[in-house]
Amino acid sequence: MPDRITLEVARYRPENESAISFQKFEVPCHKEWVVLDGLNYIKDQLDGTLSYRWSCRMGVCGSCGMNVNGEPKLTCATFLADYAPGPVRVEPMTNFPLIRDLVVEIGDFMRKLTEVKPWIVRRKEKPLSEGEYLQTPSELDEYKQFSMCINCLLCYAACPIYGLEPDFIGPAAIALAQRYNLDSRDEGASERLDILSQHEGIWGCTFVGECSKVCPKDVDPAGAIQRYKLSASLASLKRLLMPWGAE
Amino acid sequence: MAKRKAIEPLLWLLFSAGGVLAALLGPVLLFMFGVAFPLGWLPTPSHAHLLGVLGNPVVRVVMVVFCALALVHGAHRFRYTLYDGLQIKHLNEFVNLVCYGGAIVGSIVAAYWMWQVP
Amino acid sequence: MRASPYTEYHPRWLRRRKSTYWWLERMSYLIFILRELSSAFVAWTVVFLLMLVHAVSRGDVAYQQFLSWSTSLPVMLWNLISLFFVVLHAATWFRLAPQAMVVHVGGRRLPGAVIAASNYLLWVMATVLVVWLLVGG
Repeated sequence: MPDRITLEVARYRPENESAISFQKFEVPCHKEWVVLDGLNYIKDQLDGTLSYRWSCRMGVCGSCGMNVNGEPKLTCATFLADYAPGPVRVEPMTNFPLIRDLVVEIGDFMRKLTEVKPWIVRRKEKPLSEGEYLQTPSELDEYKQFSMCINCLLCYAACPIYGLEPDFIGPAAIALAQRYNLDSRDEGASERLDILSQHEGIWGCTFVGECSKVCPKDVDPAGAIQRYKLSASLASLKRLLMPWGAE
Repeated sequence: MAKRKAIEPLLWLLFSAGGVLAALLGPVLLFMFGVAFPLGWLPTPSHAHLLGVLGNPVVRVVMVVFCALALVHGAHRFRYTLYDGLQIKHLNEFVNLVCYGGAIVGSIVAAYWMWQVP
Repeated sequence: MRASPYTEYHPRWLRRRKSTYWWLERMSYLIFILRELSSAFVAWTVVFLLMLVHAVSRGDVAYQQFLSWSTSLPVMLWNLISLFFVVLHAATWFRLAPQAMVVHVGGRRLPGAVIAASNYLLWVMATVLVVWLLVGG
């Protein structure tokens, strides 16, 4: 294994440039180093002006998502040695506006996430005196997988529909809506249905499946969306055939 | 909001049903009549035999359902492929008309011709 | 002349447009588009079968004409290509079904392999039935 590797890092400095350019850096290639270590080395030793997001460096915060050799990855979970002898191309995540260097604008997702009401919705809150909500392990298993989402947005970078349809709500937001729909404590399924049973919601998805492929936490948003399509269409059918049974 | 778009969920149900039928029956039917019989790999059924098969009421119903749903499946998916693959959003109304219109016309033809089998 | 590097509130963000040929950038995108295109060949299968039905209705002569037309080279080639895509449709459909369908039996989730296997079994049964209807019986 070589002891150095070249990183080709995308640069974009809006005050001076109107397009992305690539800058080559040579960094050490230790066995246990990840791409994030390479970027930190660049910032500490080679070019302090490089801008990028990172935090926990262990795959739970969702900050360090970038395109490594064209694939959306968490840079804290992508080993440099796997790309030896290199070079390794590091770019900002696709489908997002670029603020600077490797930092993308995620406000669109934050807004869409709020729209789907990712919290327990109750028609009437249980008073404290009645104690806590109880949930069996099998009720937990129903939604647990979808609760693992760390909002890293790799799925949005991978989803071609999100790139083509700016209004598409997107994999993570829909998966999180499903997480609450399937939670036994939640009563907000029909509210979320009104919001998501739209072309910008679940019906825009064509099951490309890339989102689930790149998800670092095995949330399987594609599966969540397809299951949601089935339950939403059956609910629509019920509403059509039996309009008196108001949901 | 959901009321206006009630058509999309129903289209998806039809699309899914069509997909299942197309996956189950499509390969064998096309293989038989498109490849196996023309190439002589299997003995071609006689006219009388086929008439008997197609005249059967269950077969008639299954064929109409298969044709209609498979056409809707094809139309639905093709419409999305044109929309996403070629990004021709401005032609949206036209594409919808051609795709679903074609599926509806095809389904009516299928029902009529299956009914017409002596 | 370049637009100002600043918008009203912040430095100008770079908005990168998606290429019309985005589906060529990755193999999985290409397979996805081919899978979606298979829908057109599913529609052709229906058209082809309806032509057959119509020919059978019109009598033995029409039926024989249809058969010889379907042996002509261009039609055969077209049907071979269509068959490839129809099989692609079936294969991808069955591969994706377990991801889309969660079935509960007695409070426990059926593993994806069971759903996939039952789909294939159904497919084998349908195929055998159709072959028997056309060739046997």
